[in-house]
Amino acid sequence: MALTDKSRDQRAGTPSGSASWPDLVMSIPAGWWATGCILLIMPALASDFWLFQVFGWSFCLGIIALSLMFLAGYGGMVSLIQMTVAALAGYMVAILGTSGVQQISLGLPWWLYLPLAILIAAAFATAVGALAVRTEGIYTIMITLAIASAFFYFTRQNYEIFNGYSGFNLVVPPRVLGIDWRQPTAFYYLALVFAALCFLAVVYVARSPFGLALQGIRDNPRRMAAMGFNVVAHRIAAYGFAGVIAAIGGILLVWQNTQVAAFTAGIGAVIDILIIAVIGGLRRPIGPFVGAFIYVLLGTFSPDVLSAFGLSNERFKLLIGLGFLAMVFFSPDGALGLWDRWREARRRPVDPLTGQARPGSVP
Amino acid sequence: MTDVARRYPVWTLIVLLLAAGLLWLILTPWTPGIEQVLGRKRVFVNALFGGLTLGALYFLVASGFTLIFGLMRNVNLAHGSLYLLGGYLGYGVSNAAGEWLVAVPVVFLLVGLLGLLLQHQVFRRMEGEELRQTMVTIGLSVVLADMMLWIWGGQSYTLQTPDWLSGPATLPIVVGVDRNGAPVYMRFPQVRIAILVTAVVIGLGMWLVLNRTRLGMLVRAGVDDREMLTASGIRIQYVFLAVFGFGAGLAGVAGVVGGTFQSLAPGEDTRFLLASLVVVIVGGMGSITGAALGALIIGLVEQIGLVYAPTYSVVFTFLIMALVLAFRPQGLIGNRR
Repeated sequence: MALTDKSRDQRAGTPSGSASWPDLVMSIPAGWWATGCILLIMPALASDFWLFQVFGWSFCLGIIALSLMFLAGYGGMVSLIQMTVAALAGYMVAILGTSGVQQISLGLPWWLYLPLAILIAAAFATAVGALAVRTEGIYTIMITLAIASAFFYFTRQNYEIFNGYSGFNLVVPPRVLGIDWRQPTAFYYLALVFAALCFLAVVYVARSPFGLALQGIRDNPRRMAAMGFNVVAHRIAAYGFAGVIAAIGGILLVWQNTQVAAFTAGIGAVIDILIIAVIGGLRRPIGPFVGAFIYVLLGTFSPDVLSAFGLSNERFKLLIGLGFLAMVFFSPDGALGLWDRWREARRRPVDPLTGQARPGSVP
Repeated sequence: MTDVARRYPVWTLIVLLLAAGLLWLILTPWTPGIEQVLGRKRVFVNALFGGLTLGALYFLVASGFTLIFGLMRNVNLAHGSLYLLGGYLGYGVSNAAGEWLVAVPVVFLLVGLLGLLLQHQVFRRMEGEELRQTMVTIGLSVVLADMMLWIWGGQSYTLQTPDWLSGPATLPIVVGVDRNGAPVYMRFPQVRIAILVTAVVIGLGMWLVLNRTRLGMLVRAGVDDREMLTASGIRIQYVFLAVFGFGAGLAGVAGVVGGTFQSLAPGEDTRFLLASLVVVIVGGMGSITGAALGALIIGLVEQIGLVYAPTYSVVFTFLIMALVLAFRPQGLIGNRR
């Protein structure tokens, strides 16, 4: 019932919608403005490698991890299907659009295949969600992992549609407005804009009546059901929404790599998305981007660091796995949680042991 | 058994009819009509027995998984890594000792010890936080997989079959008639028969321990209501340790067995993790009988699917899982909690 009222409630229910512009500007902390400005002028500061490989990749992975964060943080459903949804969207772009595999790709125009790809991926996510919400908690992880593995094995063996092991290569973004969107600067802005849009969408939906109901369901499904909310429908809708975001991330990721194959959604990749989201923090939508940035930095520079310590430079996974374990052990809410606690400790004016003002603390 | 028959008379009848039909297909010589539909009898019977053996292997892996899950609510996603680790260790031990049979108890002890260590040092510290435990097992599986890749490299290993098990055995099943009119009997690798027998023996042993001993009583009580068991003065941590150690050891032994009749390589860990997940979801989580039934179904479907529709055998497995989830989310044999 609440679900059908969603759109009307959304229009009426957001507090920021009625606020005047200066209020809106003031309500956003200065740190956010600074981060936004730095990100906007980044192409003037960073090399092409940083723009494309580090930031571009971080945004793509961050968007996919954001969809997991939405499901896990607001819905309480840890779904391992997000990378699979992203890969399916990428596959659809390759199959419906153009790729190096001429005999399968249909070559539709971009304004047709992009919405179609997102739609198909979201429909798949919704169907998986409909299966997964029949179970709860840790069962969800098991079932989504099983479906993700089945998708991986299926795409690896199916040559008629998914072109098996080798997949599709030469999947490039279309030339829109006469710009080659795979140029580092252009791709950087493309990924930045979509990352920001997805981020804002998640923030908006989380504060809408639908998002609030979802968080209520996360905390106490029985009470929400007793209040007349359709628990199952809300959860499935959350899967659908997260599917759209994952699909956008997947399409960007495929354009960045120019290829999509079975290993795009292999078990390792599926688990990496969870690792990214957990390392960044599952509480807030910015967490996945922080996690993705850390992950990409580790992935790009760990060979140098590892060889500096005399280790073989292939042990990137070991580093990531140990970092993930340490994060789960010591800070379940991720890097952002560490940051919060550090600020909290600095701000505390008195020492809890002596009651004296702490030297050097910010009052 | 009679209870089940009384509660679900229709399903029992269907299952009995299917079993009888299968038995008839195995025992009678095939007419040309059947051969037209199902192909050569030798192929069919071989797929059937291959499925049984694969199911036996899946049962060995999944029974530890389901036991740990049922008692501790811990989805041990590092179970596949324990399987692969057991296989690699078994390869090393059997080469060093020159005897395959030595590898089984040694690997059981080693991997079981690792399981004890994990439960005692890691999972005990976060009891009741199921999601966090699961995340830790994911992290462990990533770390273990990379360390195994580091130590053993990317090539694939196969354990040497012991001499007394190598070669085929002749089964008293007629699969055809040769040119002279004499019946041709089916031949099947001895090692696979041994695996089947081992799995059945281990399964029966587990059933006996669970249903006839004090420890089994504690485990069953823990599966049903952990808090009540703790409240009645049982030191449940010891039960947890025993079950986790046993489940991990069993996964290691399954690695030795799997490394003997298949091969060990990076990626096998996720394959067997997926198999355990599907088996446990189909059979019912936390139930040994369910694991046996699920393993049988998945093993048979995978092998028969491989013979008749090679590309889509994974899809059949997945379809069965989706169907079970859609119509019986708690698994074929499983209690709704």
